[in-house]
Amino acid sequence: MLSFSLLSNAIVSGLLLGGFYAGVAAGATISFGLLDIANIAHPAFVVFGAYCAFALNQRFHLDPLLAAVFVTPVFYAVGWFAYQLYHHAFERRGDDSMRGLAFFFGLMFVGEVVLILTFGVDYRYSSAEYTSTTFKLGPVAFPLREVIPFVGSLVILVAAQAFLKRTFTGRAILGVSQDPIALRLMGADPVRLKRIAFALSIALAGAAGALLLVLEPIEPAIGRDFIGRVFAIAVLGGMGSLPGTWVAAVMLGVIENLTSIFAGASWAPAVAFGFLLVTLTVRPSGLFGR
Amino acid sequence: MVAVAVFAAMHAVGNDYVFYAGYTVLQYVVLAVAWNILGGYVGYVNFGVAAFLALGAYTGVALGNFAPFPLPVMMLAGGLVAGLVGLGAGYLTLRLRGIFFAIATLALAVVLQTLITNWDFVGGSAGVYAIRPKHIPVFGSYIEYMVFLMLLVAAGVVAVSRAIERSSYGLGFTAIRDDEVAAEATGVPTLRLKLIATTLSAAFMGMAGAPLPYYVTFLEPSSAFNLSYAVNSIAMPLIGGTTAWFGPLLGALLLGVAQQVATVTISSEINLLIVGLLLIGFVILAPQGLIGLLGLTGKRRSV
Repeated sequence: MLSFSLLSNAIVSGLLLGGFYAGVAAGATISFGLLDIANIAHPAFVVFGAYCAFALNQRFHLDPLLAAVFVTPVFYAVGWFAYQLYHHAFERRGDDSMRGLAFFFGLMFVGEVVLILTFGVDYRYSSAEYTSTTFKLGPVAFPLREVIPFVGSLVILVAAQAFLKRTFTGRAILGVSQDPIALRLMGADPVRLKRIAFALSIALAGAAGALLLVLEPIEPAIGRDFIGRVFAIAVLGGMGSLPGTWVAAVMLGVIENLTSIFAGASWAPAVAFGFLLVTLTVRPSGLFGR
Repeated sequence: MVAVAVFAAMHAVGNDYVFYAGYTVLQYVVLAVAWNILGGYVGYVNFGVAAFLALGAYTGVALGNFAPFPLPVMMLAGGLVAGLVGLGAGYLTLRLRGIFFAIATLALAVVLQTLITNWDFVGGSAGVYAIRPKHIPVFGSYIEYMVFLMLLVAAGVVAVSRAIERSSYGLGFTAIRDDEVAAEATGVPTLRLKLIATTLSAAFMGMAGAPLPYYVTFLEPSSAFNLSYAVNSIAMPLIGGTTAWFGPLLGALLLGVAQQVATVTISSEINLLIVGLLLIGFVILAPQGLIGLLGLTGKRRSV
């Protein structure tokens, strides 16, 4: 029989997890929603970020959260070069649909194999002590390993949103997503703006990776579980809206958790993708569609 | 004709290993050429190759639970089921932009894997043993029989692919790939053509999957849905060249044989790493693939 405490715990844990999903999806919302670049390797970048944080944690005993401070700028640079390559090879030729997708698919796959060759297929985890601490509020548990990624992701989203809405460059990026030609007529360089935005999306992936290391043990193929979630959230959140992303992510987290309770954990992976298939079929413009 | 010659040549070598390696190469020929019908001609990316292959394989397993049907029946059934699922998935998502179809096929693979993992009738997560029939008339060993059937499917998919290229369907596909809005505006029935391509492509993948349980003798979801099927089936056409039927054939033969040779000497991870790097290298540097480099893209390019 389902008790109240079991149910409330599942919902709270789903909220916390969903908040973290929002952090993972934030970068994809920018690259896919705003820039129209279907970076299906985004979750692979997140896992790569997690392994970078893991390596820093092992080698220098850096806290995963502190490691994020180092990982994020490095990933910004990686994203900068990745966009340069992508633009040069595909976007410029107007050939970005099929070959561009295959490019990111190849990146995702190569990244996974490189991680397997470097770290093996065993689960790896950080040595941070707080990951085993749990606060209790009445019958509801708040494990720190879930609370920290939730808060960290919220910080990521708020910061990204502030950048997009408050700064000149951010607003220009929003402009490029609406009408690149008009922007070019006003003297801005859409390629430069897209490069900044894509680099930002990869930087966010790196930061989310460090949070992933706090949340759970990592293995090279874990990114696949996130492909469905990330794109379900990006589409459901209305393609390019960060607040929408957060709401969609939290919804998904709660539904996933409830599914594992009612139907068993082995059904949870299908939830995100089922969600996505239903969204694409019924409401491709997202929950808060334009 | 070529199929018979290949089979005779393999038989002449008479080594069982040749048949085991040959089966895998032929399977990739089917997957690559089938993928290209949708991916290369129409320009819609299918990441769910493993899903359609596994659909064929598990259709075989499910049928085998009722009665020991002959393999050709299972292959036809596998093709039918995969084709119908392809049609359904296509109907739901092909009206959207191409990228959504691509993501939906990724989604399909995960949803199906979850379903199969939870479906004990076909072995569930624990996997299932497929026992090969002991005796097969005419062919002698079962692996020869499977190679022969796979060779037929490979010949079939190449023939279909070639016929499409020379028919008005091929023109319609190319029109969609080059500019879907313009194609629609000039009266090309885009949705119908896309559905035809998706169904055909998926059906051949399913047919290629049906003998898989008997080939590996022990089938579990994580191996049937292995991502390397998708990577190889996408890499082979893109490396060979997507604009003509012999592009994916060339890519599949080269990569397939190279991998069979390489698995003996290097680990399978490095093997896959090389495939991935080749895929990236070719899409960036040689968008026309090998047949483009060799100047063989065919006369249809000007259309």
